[in-house]
Amino acid sequence: MKSLSDKVVARLQADMRLPDLSGTRYNLLRYLAGGGMGSVWLAEDTLLKRRVALKVLDLAAPADDLAVCLLSEARILAGLEHPGIVPVHDAGTLADGRAFCCMKYVEGETLAQHIATLNLPDRLRLLERIAEPLDFAHARGFIHRDLKPDNVMIGAFGEVLVMDWGLAKVGVSTLEAGETEIATAVQPMQNSLRVTGQGSVLGNILGTPGYMSPEQARGDMEVDHRTDIFSLGAILTFMLTGSAPGELPASSGSVPGPLRAICEKAMAADPNARYQAAREMTADITHYLNGEPVSAYPESLLERSGRVFARHRTAVVLVAVYLIMRVLFILFARR
Amino acid sequence: MNKVLLGLLLGAVLGAIDGTTAWFTPEARAEIAGIVIGSTIKGIIAGILIGVFARKVHSLALGIVFGLGVGLLLAFIVAQMQHGYYFQIMLPGGMVGLIVGYATQRYGRGPELRQT
Repeated sequence: MKSLSDKVVARLQADMRLPDLSGTRYNLLRYLAGGGMGSVWLAEDTLLKRRVALKVLDLAAPADDLAVCLLSEARILAGLEHPGIVPVHDAGTLADGRAFCCMKYVEGETLAQHIATLNLPDRLRLLERIAEPLDFAHARGFIHRDLKPDNVMIGAFGEVLVMDWGLAKVGVSTLEAGETEIATAVQPMQNSLRVTGQGSVLGNILGTPGYMSPEQARGDMEVDHRTDIFSLGAILTFMLTGSAPGELPASSGSVPGPLRAICEKAMAADPNARYQAAREMTADITHYLNGEPVSAYPESLLERSGRVFARHRTAVVLVAVYLIMRVLFILFARR
Repeated sequence: MNKVLLGLLLGAVLGAIDGTTAWFTPEARAEIAGIVIGSTIKGIIAGILIGVFARKVHSLALGIVFGLGVGLLLAFIVAQMQHGYYFQIMLPGGMVGLIVGYATQRYGRGPELRQT
């Protein structure tokens, strides 16, 4: 029996991945990316005449669990209407039986590509914008659980989008009663994931090393939104040092002390020692940008003086010039 | 603190310092009280004018120019009354106006926006 060449096998695999879009309003344009359970395709919505991203499960994937997972992601995204969260347009099942999810096609760069040209203040402002949709999701009871630079896209017009909510989990909403319908609607689906036998995999220990909190890496069942705070701290570390974190590398000496302290607090091993909300972390970053004291960093008197001088440099210089001029006048008057 | 109050306080403090330094000029020492009071009032007037300007116009450059102008003008009037010491009076006066102009643009609370 003749064996097939690698090239032919690769071609067959690619053909197998091709989704059957017959009966849908989408035209396949090109392959965008692939993952463990499916692939993402660029397609055209023939009805609305726009380009969309289609996330389609692989044929070989265990259809039931992953279809539930994909639908869960679609429902989470549908419920999280925020300019910083990639919107979902449609979800369903293709003619070949594969589940799909249609999302906005984001043209732009990943965070890692984008920050190369940014200075420090712009990087920090960018992190504030990443934290906004996260805070929004947390307030509605959702935890992303896979936050990393690859899952943050910067659009052509500077829009910041947090992507890939496939591992998102329903946590505890901080909203008032009556505003939690979204989380409540998705919860039963996620519960069904846990009883399928793959719960420990789907529900707990997926994530990205370096960006995953210790409790998530241990597979704790009860991770909460603070696991995302850890990831946000890891992203900040990456944005400051250019290297994937775990701990701040030795080369991070050039990172200002307050920013290093913010990273360390966000990435504390104990969730109780972290910022308790994304907005707390961004508040510290805003304080740093404004030349104000940072809650995570107890500064010395010298550092405080330096910060105040840096913040009010012009005023201090003007008053100093005035006083020097006054002293000179006095000295001349005495002659 | 609103901009007018900030201008008033800063003008008063710097004006008072301005006047106090006259003590080091022996011929002016006898009139030190009047000089300090006059200089403080001059500073207050300049501070209020510059503070009101800062409430109306939000421009650092214009605020500094206006402050410098007001400081110089008031100092010129004082120097005219003194019949001399133009340099010794106008340079610090201009500096005070410049500092108050900068400070009222950079700091202090502006008028609250009204909803329409």
